[in-house]
Formats: sequence, structure tokens, C-alpha cells
Amino acid sequence: MNHFILILIGFLVATPIANATETDSVTVPNTMAERVKACTICHGDEDRAGRDAYYPRIAGKPQGYLFNQLLNFRDGRRYYQPMAILLENMSDEYLLEIAHYFSSLKLPYPPPEHINLQPEEIKLAEQLVFSGDPERELPACSACHGDNLMGVEPFIPGLLGLSRVYIAAQLGSWRNGGVMRGQTPDCMSEIAKQLASDETNAITKWLAVQPASGNPNPVTALAPELAHRCHSIVQENGAAK
Amino acid sequence: MKYLFFISIASRQKAGALFFSCILLMLLTMRLMAADTVIENPDLSVLEQQQTLGAYLTRVGNCMGCHTAKGGQEFAGGRRLSTSFGIFVTPNITPDEETGIGHWNQEDFWQALHSGKSRDGRLLYPAFPYTEYTKVTRQDANAIFAYLQSLPAVSQFNPPSEIHFPYNFKPLLSIWRTLYFKEGIYEPDEGKDEEWNRGAYLVQGLGHCNACHTTRNLLGASEGDTLTGGQIMGVNWYAPSLTSHLEAGAGDRTIEELAELLTTGISERAVASGPMATIVGQSLQHLTPEDIRAMAVYLKSLGENHTNDSNGTSFSVTTGSLLKQLKQGGQLYEQYCQECHGATGEGVPGIYPPLANNRSVVMDSPLNTIRSVLNGGYPPTTAGNPRPYGMPPFQQILRDNEVALVVSYIRNSWGNNAGLVTAIDVGRSKGGDH
Repeated sequence: MNHFILILIGFLVATPIANATETDSVTVPNTMAERVKACTICHGDEDRAGRDAYYPRIAGKPQGYLFNQLLNFRDGRRYYQPMAILLENMSDEYLLEIAHYFSSLKLPYPPPEHINLQPEEIKLAEQLVFSGDPERELPACSACHGDNLMGVEPFIPGLLGLSRVYIAAQLGSWRNGGVMRGQTPDCMSEIAKQLASDETNAITKWLAVQPASGNPNPVTALAPELAHRCHSIVQENGAAK
Repeated sequence: MKYLFFISIASRQKAGALFFSCILLMLLTMRLMAADTVIENPDLSVLEQQQTLGAYLTRVGNCMGCHTAKGGQEFAGGRRLSTSFGIFVTPNITPDEETGIGHWNQEDFWQALHSGKSRDGRLLYPAFPYTEYTKVTRQDANAIFAYLQSLPAVSQFNPPSEIHFPYNFKPLLSIWRTLYFKEGIYEPDEGKDEEWNRGAYLVQGLGHCNACHTTRNLLGASEGDTLTGGQIMGVNWYAPSLTSHLEAGAGDRTIEELAELLTTGISERAVASGPMATIVGQSLQHLTPEDIRAMAVYLKSLGENHTNDSNGTSFSVTTGSLLKQLKQGGQLYEQYCQECHGATGEGVPGIYPPLANNRSVVMDSPLNTIRSVLNGGYPPTTAGNPRPYGMPPFQQILRDNEVALVVSYIRNSWGNNAGLVTAIDVGRSKGGDH
């Protein structure tokens, strides 16, 4: 009996000590935010320019768009080695959950950039952004990316709230064979190749100075012929998953 | 029939002994097969049963891993394997008549897997690990072939391999084979039990663990003892020794712990990263618990045989400038690493691996630790760990000298004792897949 009491006292004394050491150790929240720390170190609350690359904001972008990009990076269709290494051994299911997590975040957009645009640049940009150029079969940006240019659910990203550097880099990649290699039809590649450098420049600057507000449009906002033209993005990937 | 043929050419006395050894061999082979837990379903035809077994064994051998290009059609080849001898482009092994192996028969397949020769008699380069696959039994090879032939045929021509001079001079290959290739199926060790032998059969044969976990000489051949670890050819990762207790030798691990690591990609003390994460994700997580256990039993026994290695790079910090470096590393650790790995490198079991007393952190080669800091990574998503936590990449944030400082600190704190790392080591650790 005495032994029993001693053991009991021992327990009572030992328990607080054990607790004290536990509080010193790392506690890991069972959340997606904790699981995606490997993503948010670069893709933080805001766009972030690193030493070697520019990391766009991913919070609040359409889920289908994010999911497609994750698959494209993992499977080598969109090439950026740091992303490829991170995603190499991740399942479709988990990537979908990650895409859902980021698309559901509602973080404030960064303020627009301050860039001087000449009046003729503004005119040229607005013409292309909202009307395109029917003679060259260039669709308006707004025809696919939404009237407010904030994207179309679930697969088309918004164009506002991005930095000029990033938009220019993406248009440049599309022009040089496509951000997505070997994907046909590659509608953005076709468009970017037709744009003259002054046009690209004007659009890039103009987009970067617009304030971002509002949400992505519903998919019904998309004209059927454009949905068809870009069906590899709009339909196939979405339907397959 | 084969056995009868052999007997007819042997003398009578020898025939008796030969017959006896053939029966023994058959029994042993049956024992190897008996450990297969692919359940026999009476509703399936013999061919279907063979294909089911073949599908499983194809997973064990991870044929798909190499014979599928990134994002490409499964088994249609086209994956580029860079080695110091050039780039090997893997062939299409779907049953397409023109571009795959649709016109092959069982014998052709056996010749490739067992003898390293193509259908037309051409010698195959050992980038195809027939040096290991040769240990696979004929029954298992036939089952794999039956499964591959049941796949949808994919018409896909792949570009030729780009092998450098002089390695593209084929007669060299036959010399290489004479020196380094020992043909023959796995011979069970009579002194060990069935489970151990099954594990050895899988690890040495289809699992082809030695394709990575070995030091290769200038001619690309595995050097000395098998599974003693080495830099993986063409991949900027170090595959640790599976025999040394200073590296990934598992002599002091429990079977359960090893099985958990191999199946889920993570255990209390360890995590599969780099190419090993891929192997767990693509292959090992699909193995039956019995086969994983058998592999664990065998791997543990390898570790138990090599307990007397000494750490050749014992290192102690004595001078003031070194202490200052480690202090700087400690500050970086506190800023970037401590939140997950803890103030004393204790980690969080099953989530964030401990760094204190972690052999993959303190082993001679710092390559894997440096790469983990540079590139981060996620353990594979597996049935046992479907939503893993990840390690952020720090290449974008830390400079090479800072990575060197923090890795040096980790390798020399909380009882860890290993060589310091320089910015040059960090620079060398960049590039490469995974």
C-alpha cells in the first residue's frame, strides 16, 4: 500500500514536469495552412519578388486554374524546377485539396503599381483588352478573363493584382513556345505570338496599374467559340478531373 | 521438360543427383512463390491470375517509373535517364506491334530480363537493371510479361539514346558483362527462413535496390559489397548504405518501424525524400504487408552484420572562428528551422523528422541534407500518409554560404558530430531532378 502511494505521488510530481517539457516542444496544428508552409514561404499573402524569380499570389485564384497549374508543374507540362521537385510525389487528390485551400483564401489585393503610361498606350491597351483585333482574330482579354478581368471560374485566372514583371514574363513565355509545352490548342501562345512588342508592353503596363476588385465571373460568362478555342484549358482538364 | 532434357545428357549417376537438385530447386522456387499474397481467385482464368500477379510484380519492380516519360503515357517509355555515359531513353514496353514489345514472346522477355539481351540478340546497357533482374524467377518474369501484354498498346516512337563515345562501341559492353554481370536467379540461403529469403529475393531482384544504393566505379559497375551506398548515377542524391549503422543500416530499427517507413514514406524518426520518396510513392506503398515485412526483415539483417564500422570523419569544433560560424548557423536555424524541427532538433514524430541524432543528417555525405534545405520537398502521398506536411525550399531565401552555415550547425548540435559544409559544397549540390 505504501508502495502504491509512493508511486501515486511519483506520478503526481512527474506529470507537471512532463507537461512542462511538452510545452517546449513543437506543436503542429492539423490544418492546411500548416501543411502548405512549403508553398507559402514563397507565395505569401502578397506577391513576392525573390532573388531569382517572382512568386505570384495564388490566394483567391480559381480552384480549377490552380489545380491545373499544380498538375502541369508536377507532370512537366509547365516547367519550373523548384515546383516540379516539390510536387513530384503528390497525388491528384491532395493537389486538389491544396488548390481548394488557396482558392478559398480571401486576402486583400496589393495596390496597383505606379507606372507612367502615354495616352496612346492607354488607348492601344484598352482597345486590345476590351475589343481585341477582329482582323487578326485576336480576342479581347475580357472575352475569356471576364468583364472585370478578375477571371472566370473555375479555370481562367484573373489579370489584375499582378505585377508588370510577372505579366511580361508570362506573355514572353507564351510567345516563346508556350508556358505549357506541347499542349494543343495552345490559345494563349497563339495570341501572344501575334502581339507586337509595343502592344505587349502597353497591355502589360495597363494591367499592372488597374486596381483589383471583385470576384471571378461564373463560367457562363464565357463565349462558346472562345471556350471551344481554348478547350484544352476550359473543358478537357476540367472534365477529366 | 527441361529437366528431362538435362537428365538425358547426364550420366546415370549424375542424373540422380541432378534430379534431386532440380526437385530441390523447384521446391525452393515454390517457397518463394508461396509468399505471394496475390489471392488466387477461382473465378479468374489461369491467364488472368498470371496477369494479376504480373501487375503486382510490375509494381514491385517499378517498371512504370522508368518506362514512362514525365506526364507521358504509362509504360510507353521516352523517359530520359542521364548518366555519365550519356542519356538513355527508355523504350516503349506496351504491346504495340510497331513501337512497343507487341511482337515479343515470353522467351524474348526472359532473355531481356534474365540475360540482358534484346529480342534480336543485341546486348542491353545495364541502365536497364538486368544485373538485378536476373535474380527474378521464370514464373515471376512470365507473369510480368503476361501483364505487360495485357496493357493497352500505345503507339509511341521514342528517340534513340544518346550514348557518348566510347561507351557507344558495343563490344565494350560484352567485356563489361564478362567483368561485372553474373547471370542467375536468386538462390535461397538454406540457413535462413522463408521470410528472410523472400525479402532478399525482392530487395536483390525486382526491387533492384542496389541500382541506387551502391558505389559505382568508372565503368558504372557496382563496387564491392552490395547495398553499401553511393552517389546515385545521374541524380544529385546520395543513396545511403543499407548496411552501415552510420547511414541507413537498419540493424537497430524494429521491423515495424522499417515497414512503416517503406509503406507510408514516414516514420517516427525518418522520412523518405528525393528519389526514395518517388520509390515509396510509385512502388513500395503498393506492396503487400507480408512482402514489406519480408524486405524489412532482410534489410534489418543486413544492418546487423555490419556493426563495427567506424566513423572516419569524426570532427570536433575547437577554434574560435569555427565556433563563431556555428553561432551564425544557430541564428539562421532559430529563424528558419526551429519552428518545425524544434529548439533541440527534436522534430515532431511522424510529421517533421528529428535532426538531432539523425544519421541521414550526420552521415559523411552532406548532399541530401543540403538538397533538402535548398529544394524542400514533400514526403510521398501514400494511403498511410495521404496529406503530408512539407519542407519549404530555402534556395530562394538563403544564400549558399548561409545554407552552409545552417547545415554545419545542424550537423554539429544536440550531440550531432559531423564535418562542416562549405558554400562550395552547397553550389555542387544544386541541379538535378528530384
